[in-house]
Amino acid sequence: MGCVYALIAAGLSLIFGLMEVVNFAHGEFLMLAMYVAFFAWALARLDPLVSLPLAALALAALGWATYHGLIRRVLGGPMLAQIFATFGLAVFLRSGAQFLWGVDFRTIKEPLLSGRLSVGGVFVGLPQLAASVLALGAFLGLYLFLSRSETGLALQATAQDRQAAALMGIDTDRMFALGWAIGSACVGVAGGLLAMFFYIFPEVGGAFALLAYVTVALGGFGNVPATLAAGVIVGLTEVVAGLVITPAMKYAVVFLLYLAVVLWRPQGLFGRF
Amino acid sequence: MAGVILEARGLDVLLGDYQVLWDARLAVDEGEMVALLGPNGAGKSTLLNTVSGLLRPRAGAITFRGEPIAGLPAHRIVARGLAHVLERRRLFPYLTVEQNVRLGAYAPAARSGREAQLARVKALFPILEERAGQPARTLSGGEQQMVAIARGLMAHPRLLMIDEPFLGLAPRVVTQLVEAIRRINREGVTIVFIEQNVELALSLATRGYVLESGRVVLEGRSAELLRSPEVRRIFLGG
Ligand SMILES: Nc1ncnc2c1ncn2[C@@H]1O[C@H](COP(=O)(O)OP(=O)(O)OP(=O)(O)O)[C@@H](O)[C@H]1O
Ligand SMILES: [Mg+2]
Repeated sequence: MGCVYALIAAGLSLIFGLMEVVNFAHGEFLMLAMYVAFFAWALARLDPLVSLPLAALALAALGWATYHGLIRRVLGGPMLAQIFATFGLAVFLRSGAQFLWGVDFRTIKEPLLSGRLSVGGVFVGLPQLAASVLALGAFLGLYLFLSRSETGLALQATAQDRQAAALMGIDTDRMFALGWAIGSACVGVAGGLLAMFFYIFPEVGGAFALLAYVTVALGGFGNVPATLAAGVIVGLTEVVAGLVITPAMKYAVVFLLYLAVVLWRPQGLFGRF
Repeated sequence: MAGVILEARGLDVLLGDYQVLWDARLAVDEGEMVALLGPNGAGKSTLLNTVSGLLRPRAGAITFRGEPIAGLPAHRIVARGLAHVLERRRLFPYLTVEQNVRLGAYAPAARSGREAQLARVKALFPILEERAGQPARTLSGGEQQMVAIARGLMAHPRLLMIDEPFLGLAPRVVTQLVEAIRRINREGVTIVFIEQNVELALSLATRGYVLESGRVVLEGRSAELLRSPEVRRIFLGG
């Protein structure tokens, strides 16, 4: 699960690192991605694994549209306007989902992958395992894109110094839109993967978003590789706490870890301040 | 005399509600080396930032190679051959030296000639080869300035504007940079630079502009400015 958390958090971290805007609707984006997977299954009998590219594309389009329709208008404005913009979007998306699709929990039945696998005496669900592997793959893909490709470097340059980037001939406005598209595509993939085995309902994003904020803060804001490490730490802590203490306490332990790290290293474990 | 490469007239520029430039002007001929002088806060950086498109003028006109560029976004202006090296170098701190320099040729027009230009700037600044894989923030001030100028040159500019290239550097490094800038100019790149030290600026430049409180108060050939009592008054308080 750590890898899925990391992927959700990477999307958040990418957008924040690029323009210092926290997307408070990140959890709702995840929820929408899960509904994309659900309706692809319910209407066209497409397994979440098959509709994964669709979820990624749909969310990329949503991220792009959010930047152009909303974020761009409040960019020069006060911090509070930016917070309310994405927070308002979150509320809007959640109530919209409730209105359109009701508050019922939905699940995707007869998934392509099911059953469990015994790894050294510990049972791991096959869908969960596939989700982890694919999330890790997506994460590595993102990392390679950012660190190797021309466009990825331009994104990094824009994040590090927007004016200097513009003077290199980089269209920073385009980079911002692209950052929103890629960051949202990350939750698109994560949502599609989660839909294989998780309940789908309008409020589903909340818990995952909270974990994503913790993961990003643990890794250090705007540092994508560190987010993977932090995501794995959060995922492992959750599992170990669930096994050793009690499942009900696992998030408490995660947040305790978060508080400890933030007190000890406010910039995050691998922060660059 | 060659033609005019850059001409800015009547520039009024505001930062927020505060007017920084009043009717500022700047004209540069092809092949020239022009110094921008003036005390702290005179508006020198603001003038260059307006020319390169980082700021929009409230009023005034800017033409580069005969075409109007005022109001164009910065990434379009650099693509036309006008590069700007910002005050305090402003390298991408977490990217390597090589990545920084390569990004200088991001604009499509410069990208095709990137490898040849890279070889040229490496010949000019051997440090680029030695420190290629190092994150830019780990370099010394002088080394960073060389990388910043090299990065600007990667855009294949006809005009290179450099904001305070010698600020805070040791005399030996200043000499090295002066040599490099002379060479860049000799190889056909027109140069505008900002420097607060009058002697240094006017020994390097052929002409100079003096700004004071957001207005151009003097312009002329270096030798004339050096003799001018007005320059003495502004810079030596005499
Ligand atoms: N972001 C800003 N908002 C408001 N005023 C600013 C801002 N940046 C600079 N100024 C003011 O604008 C004026 C001109 O600044 P500018 O940086 O162009 O001067 P400069 O001649 O380059 O000075 P220096 O030699 O210190 O670099 C100064 O009075 C400065 O205080
Ligand atoms: Mg300045």
